[in-house]
Amino acid sequence: MLENIEQYSQLSLFSALFIYALAFIFFAVDLANRAGEDGVSIVAATRDGVRRNSKAARIGFSLTVLGWAFHLSATVLRGIEGGRVPWANMYEFALTATLAIVTIFIAVQFVYDMRFLGTLISGLVLVFLGVARMNFYVASVPLPPALDSYWLVIHIIVAVLAVGFLTLSFGLSVAQLMQSRRERLVAVPAVGVSAAGSAAEASSNGATLTATKAPASAIPKSPFKFLRSFPDSAALENLSYRMVIIGFVFWTFTLIAGSIWAEHAWGRYWGWDTKEVWTFIIWVLYAGFIHARATKGWRGSRSAWLSIIAYSAVIFNFTIVNVFFKGLHAYSGLS
Amino acid sequence: MTRPSDHIDSVDRADKGPVVGLGVSGYLRWFWRQLTSMRVAILLLLLLAVAAIPGSILPQRTSDPNGVSLYQTQHPDLFKVLDAFPIQAFNVYSSVWFSSIYLLLFISLIGCVVPRIKHHWTAMRSRPPRTPARMRRMAGFVETELRNEAASMEDARAVAERSVESAQLILKKLRYRTEIYRNGNEYSVSAERGYLRETGNLVFHSALVGILIAVGLGGGYGYQGQKLLVEGESSVNSLIDYDSFNPGRFFDDSSLTPFGVRLDKLDVDYVSPDDGNLAALGQVQDYTSHVTVFDTDGTTRKDTVKVNHPLRLYDTNVYLLGNGYAPKITVKNSEGVVVFQESVPFMPQGTDLTSLGIVKVPYGLGEQIGMIGFFYPTQVKLESGAYASNYPDLVNPLLTLEVYQGDLGINDGTPTSVYALNTDEMTKIAGRNVEGAPTLEMRIGDTVDLPNGMGTVTLDEVPRFVSFDFHHDPAQIWVLLFAVLATLGLLSSLFIPRRRVWVKAIPGEGGVCIEYAALARGDDPTLGSAVSAIAEKHRATIG
Repeated sequence: MLENIEQYSQLSLFSALFIYALAFIFFAVDLANRAGEDGVSIVAATRDGVRRNSKAARIGFSLTVLGWAFHLSATVLRGIEGGRVPWANMYEFALTATLAIVTIFIAVQFVYDMRFLGTLISGLVLVFLGVARMNFYVASVPLPPALDSYWLVIHIIVAVLAVGFLTLSFGLSVAQLMQSRRERLVAVPAVGVSAAGSAAEASSNGATLTATKAPASAIPKSPFKFLRSFPDSAALENLSYRMVIIGFVFWTFTLIAGSIWAEHAWGRYWGWDTKEVWTFIIWVLYAGFIHARATKGWRGSRSAWLSIIAYSAVIFNFTIVNVFFKGLHAYSGLS
Repeated sequence: MTRPSDHIDSVDRADKGPVVGLGVSGYLRWFWRQLTSMRVAILLLLLLAVAAIPGSILPQRTSDPNGVSLYQTQHPDLFKVLDAFPIQAFNVYSSVWFSSIYLLLFISLIGCVVPRIKHHWTAMRSRPPRTPARMRRMAGFVETELRNEAASMEDARAVAERSVESAQLILKKLRYRTEIYRNGNEYSVSAERGYLRETGNLVFHSALVGILIAVGLGGGYGYQGQKLLVEGESSVNSLIDYDSFNPGRFFDDSSLTPFGVRLDKLDVDYVSPDDGNLAALGQVQDYTSHVTVFDTDGTTRKDTVKVNHPLRLYDTNVYLLGNGYAPKITVKNSEGVVVFQESVPFMPQGTDLTSLGIVKVPYGLGEQIGMIGFFYPTQVKLESGAYASNYPDLVNPLLTLEVYQGDLGINDGTPTSVYALNTDEMTKIAGRNVEGAPTLEMRIGDTVDLPNGMGTVTLDEVPRFVSFDFHHDPAQIWVLLFAVLATLGLLSSLFIPRRRVWVKAIPGEGGVCIEYAALARGDDPTLGSAVSAIAEKHRATIG
């Protein structure tokens, strides 16, 4: 028998890591299968899925859900051990934030099929969780007085939800960039151009997308073969945008909740503390992305790059700023 | 459409440069169009993001004044360059370059939003536009035929009119604004909804301007003061009583409400060895400072100030920001006369509250005396022989003092910090490396001799001190209000779909053809299903 709750939490966490690793493998196999599929190029997928997910993708997704259950229990047990919310230091924050990423990834499948992002999400979560466990692990201690506030609950929940949605948008933007590169190379035959064009038009109008079959011979050698069964770049951009606007609203809540809390705790609602600065930078970058989508000459790859840059700032804010920058948000628990 | 010319939904116009020969006004107009374009707004946003970065790397005067002075001592030459006027690297967020970026951004925003408000105002009061002639090209197009071979053209016309009226009813119930059009034989209803999307957009951007103004006014009329109080001491809300005071630009000191606060006691709750969590040993669980408030009408009352729970008094908030020990030290001369008696705040050097403090005795001992002290709340001896504290509460308190004799540097009237001792003009007469006069050590109640028979030092007691922050920001409630408004605006501008829907009935020989179609204005993922739902419902009512 294990001695205390924390050990159960750790056991649960390592199980989750193992299962996520398996999920990653199956998702990767699915991508490889997609690259190997012959004859049919499906330019776009609908919400109901033009292309049925392969067996590997379905196993990968089921494993992700299972890993998520262990991940959830690891997080909840950590909270019970501390007798408080499980997000008071960097290790715990990583635990909760990655849980939010997987939760949102799973939840979004009920609306849009994004299982094709499985490799990225399971890989990303595996790396974040692994690094957090190896480098940021600290024993559970009570909350310091500065964190002992219900705003800790509100502020962090909205922040991790934002991170969850922004992570999906990051994945979609990466896929969009690769897809648009592929489309440019494939679009040489006239057939391909008009098909991709009409699909893009349809998707921007929000209508049901159509699958276009093109003869395999019409497609010359193209990079990222597995992307043939992904939605087209315009559809990916729409999805990415929809994830961003949800994430952006949560990020706005994070900023406002953080300001109200800062007023309670530090006596000012805004003081350009390093973490405040970076939260502001991220907000401004995503505001830029949202504007870019409505601007001629910026829609498409440019806005995708903006989304990727903005997400890098999110990661930077959590890792580098927490560990190396001096400021009032020094709650990593590392010394 | 008064959207910026490069908005994705606006009609293509050749983006001309300034026309040569148009003169100054031509250039100005061109410049204004550039400034209010989406492209420039994006560039300014990105620029703002980049410009904010240096302030997170270099210490800032507003958030980390100690870091700035440290930087100044460590890199004196670089500091001068970085601190010089246009660079202002230690005041990034009030620097000319940062300010000009966000001011340009806000000008661009206002230049974009004002015409849109005008346009939206008109749009809200006008009828939905004419039904397009060719519905087939619109999004979500579906059609239905009502066949009745026996029906005359007259009957078909009547059916068409009725079915358009029933479509209008359905659309009205869905909160569309509707208008019936007739074009020859064709009847149609044109409907539009989601005006709130643009309203939200405009509210969001206007609220941002509101935030900017409120932040500026709050900073201008507010103030921020710091006061360190040892247990038993009190302070009045007036300029002379603060240790430091930062008023806003328009602050008027007669506006200070003269309330007073006395610190009665600071209670600190530590994780003790009995709590069974060794990893958290000595960690603070709670601070409670018990205070007596002296109200302006002469009454007094008890209250508390805790971390995360400021005391709100007369529009001024009192925050508990720092704390530590203030050993009460008495110095007597060789004749037994008290020449110094004070509770000296010692600055904590770490979580175990090993604290560093300075005692300055300018008069009464012949020469000026300065002492550098370390206070260990729970003193332990390390293997190296050095002392440390391994617990922040007073379990085994020890005060050590090194004594310096000479010039304290306070005679020429220049202000010196009470928390620093400049020993350049002084000689160490007791302490490490001084022959025959080791560092003075005392526990609570101990009296020890100063070297050379100068007198004695006594550690009477060790009260705690609290450093309080007093803040007054008259506009912060407005900042919150505008922030909430901005969020509401943001929500409706991002998630309320704005769309036009048309239902057209075309009577013909032996039947009526009914067409449904829509147009999205902005991102609208559910447009197609919305049209088919309307068509479905309509078919049910007319079928």
